[in-house]
Amino acid sequence: MKSNTVITGTHFITGDDACAEGGIAAGCTFFAGYPITPATEVAERMSKRLPQVGGVYVQMEDELASMAAVIGASSAGARAMTSTSGPGFSLMMENIGLAVMLEVPCVIVNIMRGGPSTGLPTLVGQQDVMQARWGSHGDYEIIALSPSSPQESFELTVDAFNLADIYRVPVIILSDEIIGHMTEKVTISETEKIKIVHRKNPACGPENFVPFFPDEDGVPPMALAGDGYHVHATGLTHDEHGYPVITADAQERLVQRLVNKIRKNEEKIVRTEEYYLDDAEVIIISYGCSARTSLDVVETAHGKGMKVGFLRLITIWPFPETKIRGLASRKNVKAFVVAEINHGQVVYEVERCAAGEAETVLAGFMGGRIFEPDELYKVVQEIAN
Amino acid sequence: MKERLKQAPPKIPDEAKLSWKKGHGDHPLDRYLKEGRIPHIWCPGCGIGIAFTAFIKALEKAEFDQDKTVVVSGIGCSGRAAGYLNLDTYHTTHGRAIPFATGLKLAKPELKTVVFSGDGDLFAIGGNHIIHAARRNVDMTVICINNFNYGMTGGQGGPTTPVEARTTTTPYGCAEHPFNLIYLAKAAGAAYVARWTALHTHELRDSIVEAMSKTGFSFVEVITPCPTGYARRNRLGTGLEIMRFYKENSYITDILEPEDTALLFKGKIAVGKFVDIEKPTFMEMYREYIVQQAENSG
Repeated sequence: MKSNTVITGTHFITGDDACAEGGIAAGCTFFAGYPITPATEVAERMSKRLPQVGGVYVQMEDELASMAAVIGASSAGARAMTSTSGPGFSLMMENIGLAVMLEVPCVIVNIMRGGPSTGLPTLVGQQDVMQARWGSHGDYEIIALSPSSPQESFELTVDAFNLADIYRVPVIILSDEIIGHMTEKVTISETEKIKIVHRKNPACGPENFVPFFPDEDGVPPMALAGDGYHVHATGLTHDEHGYPVITADAQERLVQRLVNKIRKNEEKIVRTEEYYLDDAEVIIISYGCSARTSLDVVETAHGKGMKVGFLRLITIWPFPETKIRGLASRKNVKAFVVAEINHGQVVYEVERCAAGEAETVLAGFMGGRIFEPDELYKVVQEIAN
Repeated sequence: MKERLKQAPPKIPDEAKLSWKKGHGDHPLDRYLKEGRIPHIWCPGCGIGIAFTAFIKALEKAEFDQDKTVVVSGIGCSGRAAGYLNLDTYHTTHGRAIPFATGLKLAKPELKTVVFSGDGDLFAIGGNHIIHAARRNVDMTVICINNFNYGMTGGQGGPTTPVEARTTTTPYGCAEHPFNLIYLAKAAGAAYVARWTALHTHELRDSIVEAMSKTGFSFVEVITPCPTGYARRNRLGTGLEIMRFYKENSYITDILEPEDTALLFKGKIAVGKFVDIEKPTFMEMYREYIVQQAENSG
């Protein structure tokens, strides 16, 4: 069966399937989910693949349960994931907050569709960007990655598991219906070439172990259920021992650390891709499926001699703040055009980071379809002139 | 593990020691409690502590491995039990203890998995999860403290509040039909179902041992007094008086069908074991059917 673990080779598969294979390649051994368009194919592939590789697939009664089961499995040491789309993502918010508070690594694939509510089950949207960041109540930081192809869906899912373990945080794959249902070439390398980084184990025995006492990177080593550490984990505000402490002092210490372990490692986590930025006057910023059309527009504009660059966000959360502040402070940069399939979400972050040093314009499209290159080109042309 | 034991402990700054108190009592059951965590939050006369003690006495009696026994709880007074136990314990979100425990169990089947929570947590907000865990026959034990109201939030009506009973949200008396948890657990597919009151400490302990030893989904309901919330508004008296009520009004039976065990307001309480059957668990089915097929097709 071992030969089935990673399907090394070249495949012609969808983004959804690539997310599932990314999970398998990353060593995921537990999947709990609930069917939902356009993410069902991730669950379907996992239901076939996990029994082949010694893992467990369980279809839960809803997304509340799916997310809870994923956190439980990860608490026992499994690399665990789930997949969903808008309505299910809303239900998962409750326990994504629990995963943040318990610092349990897990991966959530969200194949975004048009909303609000049931919206457009079969058609694209990019409207869950802010929800991924702020959807669960309270203050926290999270990691979200946005693939622009099936190949990247595979690679980012592997990365997501590594980041989740390194920072003990839920990591969200913010894909979308177009990338999820797009079939392209996906090349999967040999098992030994796939980089796997596991969570830190306790460095001492149970007698001296303080379960939520962080190392210098702000992340505590994790003791697993059944390892003899007798750890208590609670969704209540807790101290370093994991015991509930309902005080402002404990809240300050805990939430500050939960936020800082991501914020202070922004530069290590954030990844972007750049095109023609050196002398760019107008910079298109985009992600996911929108980045594919944006790239076409940039190539067209560049071909016509326009000074238009392109920044593709691979990491959306934590937001590539340092990168965008740096670009905004360049003298030649006059404006950012943010192309996304929503009423404006990433654009607000860009505007915040530009801090008035460059104009920020939304090229927003309502969803249900990917915008035509011409539609974005018109916006860019107007700004460039 | 042994090598880790030799390493020096990390230095914990004083400000990190927010709530931890050194020192244990000398009670024989202390090894089941987390150091420095007692006193607990439960009110005088509350029955949760009795059920909690029955649980740790069950651990002691059956010599369940503390390293391999995991307790998961939801939210509410009963949910706080997890925080006092010297085991791996998880205090999760409201209603989600069972799916959390499902993940733990399926990822590490050698863990003995127990959910300790209340009637509102397990049967209102978590109602969907308990029926599906029972249907799948996930190998776990659910201990449900039933005190007929939401104690933590001050005594509101819930899914087990009897018709006529007064709570802060049923000021004219409850006018909804309550669940019969025994009947529901059986109908959903539980392999073991029992009910006891806080008075039946020995039977309860033995029942928990039996439930935890059972391979499959086992369910133990514990009827407990809530003097501060439910009892006060219904003039049922102190914890002691409610225990006297249990003594006079409960009867042990092994012949009643689960559907005939409904609890009425101030009514008789049927206690005992109502279901004890053998059926394959989720993991047995998964391994013997799904994994086999996958290997043959792979």
